[in-house]
Amino acid sequence: MTVALRVNGEDVRIDVTDRTLLIHALRDHLRLTGAHMGCDTSQCGACTVLVDGVAVKSCAMLAGQADGCEVVTIEGLARDGALHPMQAAFAEHHGLQCGFCTPGMIMLGIDLVRRRGAADEATVRSELAGNLCRCTGYQNIVKAIAAGARDMAGAA
Amino acid sequence: MYDLAYVRPGGLAEATALLEADENATALAGGQTLLPVLRARLASPSRLVDVARLAELKGMALDGDRVVIGAAETHAAVSQSPVVAGAIPALGRLAGGIGDPQVRNRGTLGGAIANNDPAACYPSAALALDAVIRTTRREIAAADFFTDLFSTALEPGELVTAVMFPRCAQAAYVKFPNPASRFALIGVFAARTAAGMRIAVTGAGAGVFRWREAELRIDAGGGVADLDDLALPEDAFTSDLHGSADYRMHLARVMTGRAIAAVDA
Ligand SMILES: Cc1cc2nc3c(=O)[nH]c(=O)nc-3n(C[C@H](O)[C@H](O)[C@H](O)COP(=O)(O)OP(=O)(O)OC[C@H]3O[C@@H](n4cnc5c(N)ncnc54)[C@H](O)[C@@H]3O)c2cc1C
Ligand code: FES
Ligand code: FES
Repeated sequence: MTVALRVNGEDVRIDVTDRTLLIHALRDHLRLTGAHMGCDTSQCGACTVLVDGVAVKSCAMLAGQADGCEVVTIEGLARDGALHPMQAAFAEHHGLQCGFCTPGMIMLGIDLVRRRGAADEATVRSELAGNLCRCTGYQNIVKAIAAGARDMAGAA
Repeated sequence: MYDLAYVRPGGLAEATALLEADENATALAGGQTLLPVLRARLASPSRLVDVARLAELKGMALDGDRVVIGAAETHAAVSQSPVVAGAIPALGRLAGGIGDPQVRNRGTLGGAIANNDPAACYPSAALALDAVIRTTRREIAAADFFTDLFSTALEPGELVTAVMFPRCAQAAYVKFPNPASRFALIGVFAARTAAGMRIAVTGAGAGVFRWREAELRIDAGGGVADLDDLALPEDAFTSDLHGSADYRMHLARVMTGRAIAAVDA
């Protein structure tokens, strides 16, 4: 089947099988390998992208279900070489070690700001229920998202 | 995932026709349960009929003393709805506590009800509030809808179109989440209704049920402290790697106490 998407601001049409997951369409067909596949059970959140502005696990969505939608991945955040405030906050606060979970954490962080604005630490922790990190122990991820949220709220 | 066909019909009649024409076709809504199941090759439908965008399955509105919520409304939409918050605040909070933000952005009320996972949240609210499930063929009382583990009164090809919840200001859902999955290890929905106190327990293992002894004790003027010695239906509780039946029974008492306290707070 042919699926039409707007990915990181560009209109694309891709030929996929009916059972192709959105994560595979992004990684294998469009070569956007920032979103990662970290589990078989839709629990880790490493595959999180924005579909029509809201965070979804792209391993739990068929490419066909996203037909006609706007998709933003981690590759679509930086502008003219300048990091998105949420990306910059992760760098500033050392919110990553191996980096595998980071694209999903950042996309979720952006969704969180859309819904909750500049959230406090307890809110950030509960909102991270669907994003697992095997390295950091979360302390600096929580700091980074809280700081990124403040920067985004300030910039808006 | 085994090979399959994906179709997105433009209307409810077309969706129903597709499902009725092929007994191996399955409805796909948010996909938050079905797609992980398919990825694990635990099912092999011939065709997925996408109902998530159907206008006929959308909408949240008051109808007399009931809130009618379309089957394709997401957990996120229900949790943010002023209509739901005004009529049954506990239901909005329940939806806002399902899984995680990404799951709530995709998962739907209809999918959760039709799936009837023994650890799911919504079935407890439907049972406690005497909700009515509207389908493409009929209306089914919640008490008749949830039949067994992962099974419901739905017939092949029949779709949930909406769930009608009687208004209830005095209700609370308290969940002890499994820390890994966020599903209920035990969840209790308590509601003061015109017919008395209602207490529905999910997560016990053998499917959602009403704890009638506790309802009667509260209706007779008992308090939370009077629940400790009350019998629980033992065959409703099972043991698995997440917890023993005994542990779940203990949690059911504690969560019931907390839910009743929250109703009266
Ligand atoms: C990480 C994770 C955590 C979760 N945590 C929780 C939790 O805490 N509590 C909880 O209750 N749930 C939880 N869930 C499950 C979640 O709520 C699902 O969204 C829900 O169970 C299924 O809804 P869906 O729209 O995604 O349905 P789908 O996955 O699309 O479908 C599920 C089943 O319902 C059928 N179906 C769908 N729509 C209809 C309809 N309108 N009529 C008839 N049949 C239909 C499908 O054919 C399929 O058999 C979790 C899921 C995940 C992945
Ligand atoms: S790969 Fe999607 S949640 Fe783990
Ligand atoms: S930084 Fe390694 S998984 Fe999070």
